[in-house]
Amino acid sequence: MMITAVGLGKSYGKTPVLDGVSLDVPAGSCLVLLGPNGAGKTTLLRIFATLVRPTAGALTVAGVDALRDPERVRAAIGMVAHGSYVYEDLTALENLRFWATMGGQDASEGRLRAALAQVELEAVADERARTFSSGMKRRIGLARVALGRPRLLLLDEPFTGLDRQGRKWLSEFLLAFKSGGGAVVLATHSFEGALGVADRIAILTGGRLALDQPAAELSREGLRRIYDDLTDSNGRTP
Amino acid sequence: MTAYGRRALVVLWKDLLTERRSKESLNALFFFSLLLLFLFQFALGPDRERLQSALPGLLWLGFVLAGLLGLGRSFIAERDNDCWEGLLLTPGDKSAIYLGKLLANFILMTVVEVVLVFLFGVFYNVDLWSALGPLTVVLFLGTVGLSAVGTLFAAMTAQVRARELLFPVLLLPVQVPLLLATVSATQIVLGGQPLADAAAWLKLLVGADIVYLVIGLLTFEFILDA
Repeated sequence: MMITAVGLGKSYGKTPVLDGVSLDVPAGSCLVLLGPNGAGKTTLLRIFATLVRPTAGALTVAGVDALRDPERVRAAIGMVAHGSYVYEDLTALENLRFWATMGGQDASEGRLRAALAQVELEAVADERARTFSSGMKRRIGLARVALGRPRLLLLDEPFTGLDRQGRKWLSEFLLAFKSGGGAVVLATHSFEGALGVADRIAILTGGRLALDQPAAELSREGLRRIYDDLTDSNGRTP
Repeated sequence: MTAYGRRALVVLWKDLLTERRSKESLNALFFFSLLLLFLFQFALGPDRERLQSALPGLLWLGFVLAGLLGLGRSFIAERDNDCWEGLLLTPGDKSAIYLGKLLANFILMTVVEVVLVFLFGVFYNVDLWSALGPLTVVLFLGTVGLSAVGTLFAAMTAQVRARELLFPVLLLPVQVPLLLATVSATQIVLGGQPLADAAAWLKLLVGADIVYLVIGLLTFEFILDA
C-alpha cells in the first residue's frame, strides 16, 4: 500500500475539519477526492504530504509512519498544490534547476530540458516564469515533481487553469505515471477529469468520508447523482 | 561538494539572480541610503567636530535602517506561489536554506555598505582610506551578525500579517549588543587608533556572531515548519 490512513482527524481549535477518515491507496492506482469547498480535501492532501499533522489517527505513506518520520515521507512524494512553487523572476529551466538541486537530484541541463519537453514547455525554457499563464506554471510544477521520480503524487485541483488540450495532456501524464507503478491522490471539482484517471473515487463532505468506491462502478451521471445526494450547496451532509 | 553545500549555494544563486533581475531591494536601498545622507547632513550642519563624534553612530544607523528594509524582504519571494511550502517539502537539513539566505543577505548588505561608506567619505569629507583595513574588519563582523539575526527574524515574521511592524520591533532589541560593539569599534578605528584597542569590542562582536549563527542554524527548520 502506498497510503494507509486509519481514523484521520484534524481540528483547528474546536472546529473539526476532518473526522475519522480511513482509506487505502495501493501502488499503481489513482484515488480521486471529490467534495465541495471546505469539505477537507486540501487538508487531507496536506496531511498525506506531512505539511499538516493530524490530531487523530494513524498514517503510513510509502511504508513509513508519516507521523514519526515525515522527512522520509517527503523524499517519496511529489506535490502540486494550489501554489505552483514557481519563482517568477527565474526562467522555467532555472526553476527546475533550483528545485532539482534542492531535492538532491541530478540537475544537468539535458535532464531539465527533457523534463520541460515532457510537459511541452521546451520552447519557453529560457523565458521568465513571470510571463507564464497559470496553466504553464502548473506544468512546470509537474515537470518539477517528475524530476524527483516520486512514488506518490499528490495533486490539488490540477485541472484548474488548464485548457482542454492541457487537461488531456495531464490525464495522459497521470495514466503513464500510474502504469509506472506510482500512486496518485488527486483532489478536484472536475468530474470529467476525475473519471478519466481514477481507480477509486472518494467523496468528502463536512470532513467525513461519505463514499469510497471503485471508479469502474460509477458512470458520470451516477457519480453526479450520488454527489448531489451527499452534499448540499454548503458542503454539509444533508 | 556535499548535498548540504549544494543546497545552500543554489539558494544563494537563486536569491542573487532574482535580485539582479528585479533590483527591488538594491534600488530601494541605494535611494534610501542617499536620503539618509542628506538628512544627516541637514541635521548636523557644517560643525566638523560634532560630525566626527557622530559619524560611527550615523554610519551604523544607516546600515541598520537599510538592513531593516532589505532583510525584511528576503522571504517575500518565498511567499509567492507557495514556494515556502515547496522548501518545506524538500528533503534534507533545512538549515542549508538559512545558510544560503544568510549569504545572499550578507552580500546584498555588503554592497550597500560599500556604497554608503564611500558616500559618507565624499559627503562629509572624512578620510576613510587611512582606516580602511581595520574598518573592513569591523564592517565584516558587524554585517555577519546583522545578516544572521536579520535573516532569522525575517523568516519568523514572513508568514505573519503584521510583519512590517513585527520585524523591526523584534529585531532591533536583539541587535543592541551588535550595535554597541560595532559603533564603539568603528569610533576607535576612525579615531586613528590601532585595531588592537578595539579588541574587547571585537571579541563581543565575534561572540555575538557565533551565537546568532548557531541559533539560526539550529532553529530555522522549526521556523520554516511553524
